[in-house]
Amino acid sequence: MTFKGLLDRSDVPRLRQQLEGVTPARVEAALARSEPDFGDFLALTSPAAEKYLEPMAQRVHDLTLQRFGRVILLYTPLYVSNECTNACAYCGFNLHRQIERMTLTLDEVIAEAAYLKQIGFGHLLLVCGEAPNVVPPAFLIQILEALRTDFPSLSLEIYPLSGPVYAQMTEAGADGLTLYQETYQRDAYDLVHPSGRKRNFDWRLGALERAGQAGFRRLGIGALLGLYDWRYEAIALALHADYLMRHFWKSQVTVSFPRLRHTPEAFQPAAPVNDAALVQMMLALRIYLPDAGLVLSTREPAYLRDHLIGLGVTQMSAGSRTEPGGYLHPAEDRGQFLVEDHRTPGEVAQAIRQAGYEPVWKDWDQLLHESTAHENYRQRDAEGRS
Amino acid sequence: MCYIIKKVVQPANPERRITIIMANSTAIPSTPQDALVIAHKSFSSRLLIGTGKFASAAMMRRAVDASRSQIVTVALRRVDLANPQDDMLAALQGGPYLLLPNTSGARDAAEAVRLARLARTSGLEPWIKLEVTPDPRYLLPDPVETLKAAEELVKEGFVVLPYINADPVLAKKLEDVGCAAVMPLGSPIGSNRGLKTRDAIAIIIENSLVPVVVDAGLGAPSHAAEAMELGADAVLVNTAIATAFDPVLMADAFRLGTLAGRKAFWAGKPLEKLQAEASSPLTGFLGK
Repeated sequence: MTFKGLLDRSDVPRLRQQLEGVTPARVEAALARSEPDFGDFLALTSPAAEKYLEPMAQRVHDLTLQRFGRVILLYTPLYVSNECTNACAYCGFNLHRQIERMTLTLDEVIAEAAYLKQIGFGHLLLVCGEAPNVVPPAFLIQILEALRTDFPSLSLEIYPLSGPVYAQMTEAGADGLTLYQETYQRDAYDLVHPSGRKRNFDWRLGALERAGQAGFRRLGIGALLGLYDWRYEAIALALHADYLMRHFWKSQVTVSFPRLRHTPEAFQPAAPVNDAALVQMMLALRIYLPDAGLVLSTREPAYLRDHLIGLGVTQMSAGSRTEPGGYLHPAEDRGQFLVEDHRTPGEVAQAIRQAGYEPVWKDWDQLLHESTAHENYRQRDAEGRS
Repeated sequence: MCYIIKKVVQPANPERRITIIMANSTAIPSTPQDALVIAHKSFSSRLLIGTGKFASAAMMRRAVDASRSQIVTVALRRVDLANPQDDMLAALQGGPYLLLPNTSGARDAAEAVRLARLARTSGLEPWIKLEVTPDPRYLLPDPVETLKAAEELVKEGFVVLPYINADPVLAKKLEDVGCAAVMPLGSPIGSNRGLKTRDAIAIIIENSLVPVVVDAGLGAPSHAAEAMELGADAVLVNTAIATAFDPVLMADAFRLGTLAGRKAFWAGKPLEKLQAEASSPLTGFLGK
């Protein structure tokens, strides 16, 4: 079954409704369970669990320590282009916004990357808007090939691609793919994605499966918090993570928690998520998915990020610029979103050390690159089973 | 009243000896030259330590020192061998131990072999802890790919120490292809659950001609002691030390636990597990 099939069958609205009836006793039972199941996860996501954040946090601390140790992996985004054909209501790259559009040349990308490498980053996330005419897959492949000898890990956060093109990306050196569904609720999705290729909810929903089949070693999912009820998104994220882990058991699943905070112009998030809700969501997902990487970006302010070290987070970006070329030539008005943690990578690393954790700049190696998966994919493709 | 231990499985294979000890005699071997020998290298410590998950490189080094370990594992994916200023490598420099690189992250034989070659060309000794763990969640080793990689690496002249599930047949096959030791897991990596595979590990120890290093899952010094009492040649510990409240103290505790288990082993602790012969056999009436 595809994830779309599973999501439809799971009836998330009904599950969401059930959360309202969860009792404190049920939450306590979930917390007492040594290996919590999906029912326990639902209990921990419920309104009743709001009063149990401390015991949940204690448990998450221990779980994350045991599984990941006292380390936080650092990464940074490199924006290749802010061109976009979509009109996402919340996004700085929305095609209707009057901003200076810019796409880096290969040399400019290499220059930005060299700067980031010199700071110490080993894990790079390449980002662009959805403008395949301006940033075609072939250009991304060129970039990957140019950077792969210098970076132990290259991930992508780009518009959804077909399986065979994803396979070309892994072959060129990409090991991670991050793609947020934005919201798993179709009506809410339609509302904020009025035009462009992104209107196709299902094409986006199936992207991680195509990427998993193409051999990406890290599959990153997330919901843009604020578009719809966070509890609904949490349930869908848990289902999605679970699905990906079962089907692509050789890949690590990561969950990000991008929260809409300062949106451009007049856009108001329909369902703002406060700090307590964000924390409850992270804690519940960590308890249910002890092995998932949890990612927190510089969208969140330093104070909150520092306090979330030790509460399940395993990866953080640092020193991010969200405008193309922004590391060498900062220009905030070209950015995708407002960065709230303005500290330099060195300062973030220092804060991580102060929290008793080690900032890790390299935890991968290009030699671990997929040796066979893309071949498998082609084979499967040829047999018509993909 | 005396009983005879029919067999004490001695460590330091391959010189497996059969020792007969009279319980009421003083012929108990005095503390032997109890070195762990792997591929002709001799180690006085039987505790191997891993370097992941520590709060800082400096803390890691202090714990390594406290463990008095002589074999220290390092994940190749974590270090930058080309960079002399690499945090972890810098912290480990100059210690009285062998750096044993591991292929953590490899999910098939080809990836593991590539990583091992990288380590060797970077000037590390050609020793490799072979880890092929396609599943990033429980990090359980793939027996098929591990055997394939082991065979290749042995051919290329590596001293290969494969991390395996506690599978006695696989252990023998790895020995057959020339591995210098086998490293069966006690329970999944990082789980701290102890010797869940105890019975299978006992079979591996009984049959092995190469050192058996119990790796993964040992969550407390008592678990290390238990593995050593059972006759393991050594243990490898990482998570339980790295994530302890006081890693340095815990490293020392594991050192002592390992030593205690080893001494108990020499003292004849396995005795209760082996058949004892009654002085008045029940079938004695059958005559000779």
